[in-house]
Amino acid sequence: MSVAVQPSSRVSAGSRVRYAFADGMVVMRRNLLQIFRIPTVLVFELVQPIMFVLLFRIVFAGNITNLPSGMNYVMYLMPGIFVQNAIFGSTTTAVGLAEDMKRGLVDRFRSLPMARSAVLVGRTTSDVAKNLILLLLVIVVAYLVGFKFQNGIAGAVGMIVLVLIVGFVFSWISAVVALAIKEVEGVQAAMFTGIFPIVFISAALVPVAGMVTWIQGVAEHNPVTVWANSARVLALGDVAIPTYGPQSLGALLVTSILWIAALLVVFVPLAIRMYRKLT
Amino acid sequence: MAGAIVVEGLAKSFGTVEALRGIDLDVSTGTVFGLLGPNGAGKTTAVRILTTLLLPDKGKAEVVGLDVVRDAETLRSRIGLAGQSAAVDENLTGLENIEMVGRLYHLPAAEARRRGNEILDRFGLSDAADRQAKTYSGGMRRRLDVAASLVARPDVLFLDEPTTGLDPRSRMDLWAMIRELVQEGKTILLTTQYLEEADNLADRIAVIDLGTVIAEGTSDDLKDQIGGEVLELHVQDRGDAPKVAEILAGIGTGEPSLDLEAGRIRIPVGSAGPSALLDSVRRLDDGSIALADIALHRPTLDDVFLSLTGHAAEVEAEAEASKAKRGRRGRDGDRG
Repeated sequence: MSVAVQPSSRVSAGSRVRYAFADGMVVMRRNLLQIFRIPTVLVFELVQPIMFVLLFRIVFAGNITNLPSGMNYVMYLMPGIFVQNAIFGSTTTAVGLAEDMKRGLVDRFRSLPMARSAVLVGRTTSDVAKNLILLLLVIVVAYLVGFKFQNGIAGAVGMIVLVLIVGFVFSWISAVVALAIKEVEGVQAAMFTGIFPIVFISAALVPVAGMVTWIQGVAEHNPVTVWANSARVLALGDVAIPTYGPQSLGALLVTSILWIAALLVVFVPLAIRMYRKLT
Repeated sequence: MAGAIVVEGLAKSFGTVEALRGIDLDVSTGTVFGLLGPNGAGKTTAVRILTTLLLPDKGKAEVVGLDVVRDAETLRSRIGLAGQSAAVDENLTGLENIEMVGRLYHLPAAEARRRGNEILDRFGLSDAADRQAKTYSGGMRRRLDVAASLVARPDVLFLDEPTTGLDPRSRMDLWAMIRELVQEGKTILLTTQYLEEADNLADRIAVIDLGTVIAEGTSDDLKDQIGGEVLELHVQDRGDAPKVAEILAGIGTGEPSLDLEAGRIRIPVGSAGPSALLDSVRRLDDGSIALADIALHRPTLDDVFLSLTGHAAEVEAEAEASKAKRGRRGRDGDRG
């Protein structure tokens, strides 16, 4: 019980990064185990995206005008639905975090000599893995209702990567909401109240051109619009290039990445800071 | 610094609720220190500060010589915490839970697994090691929680109400484990609402109420503090009680107190218990009073608590009431 050999309290920057990575992976592994231990949760999470795909396909498709010429609504819609799903799917980050706080697990984690970022990194990365599983299943459903990638494998893979990164960004926003509100039910309510307008006032689900005039400007500049249009061009090729905003795939991707970077730069440090200062 | 835990003038408020109003503690290495008090007394707040979860407003605290604020990062590798809610992941197995905590203390994977198995064995959980924790009973979860906090062999262990909500058998098991840990030289700070628990386990006890330490010492010190032994008699015929009080007047160090309903007479006798007992038996024999029972009691911690705080019996009820009154803000407070 002597105070003899203790690891040096001065931790080098290099080993700090190594620990942060390793700790994040330990937490990620734990979250992934959960997904496989309770597959029913995944099944229920899958119900909602499939429902959206079917509802929009069956109910809305015949009523949508203002589509870019030569494109039917199913083609237009699906990349937007993928983006929407990724954003909705990020709410699991908030719920998982709120549950860990409620159960005292976050207290335990905060008392351990682990990186302060690890609980958040572990959660947001495991949710990327979960979103990938969901996305692939939703793509299968989309194919069943008439969707088809038309821009080659590279385009399809590019779209999947973009959609997952968008989900990752929203997982960090989601983490901030959870750390601010802390209660599971409140977190869920806040996430959905916030996410619906962000997704619906965008080109994700319907073309901007048919919206009330004053909101078109908002929708055109909504990052969700930029991401949805980028996903469309990646999935379908140049036919999907919009008549507003960035006019080429390159320009769309650069704008998408700038939005992603800007949001991460704000929300990642903010989430870690809030985690550190939990009481 | 000599003590494993040294606290000076520690204070913390949540809004207008003063959870801690400046407490001092000094816990020697290799001992069990009991922080005893009702819900809302400030116990959990103290533990949260000492385990680096919460920053104090005022005062200082050192654990194994490390400042809980300045040296928080280093300190975390030297302490273990088992909080109020058994903080285990229900979807992981017992072993996976401990391995995860071990990895997060930065033990190599193989070592985390080896120690996980070893510690589960020791806590009587090896048969359940590969079962998901959601299948565990309350007592098993709590043992798993304590086991996880020990995986990195911390010098100081913080147990926040470790037996709250456990059945008597599980409680006894956990007590036995805590005693073993102390024999190995660990320092343990435990909080409890159970006087019996502090009495049984703790070398020293601090009684804490409304964020203040109102008494501190060994169990015996605290009992002495409220005036030594009590002679307690039960008469067979309840009507005899006043007569007994009369016969025994002057035998003790204070006035006899009567409970006519129960036919009970209590007389404080200081440290002269045995002679007062003999004397009273002789006198009552002469007076032909039939006794149902006669015994010498050392005061219990219940008595201590009652005399110190004036609200022993209604601990739970009062805490609940104040929780309801104080609402959300209050809940933060009574996590302390």
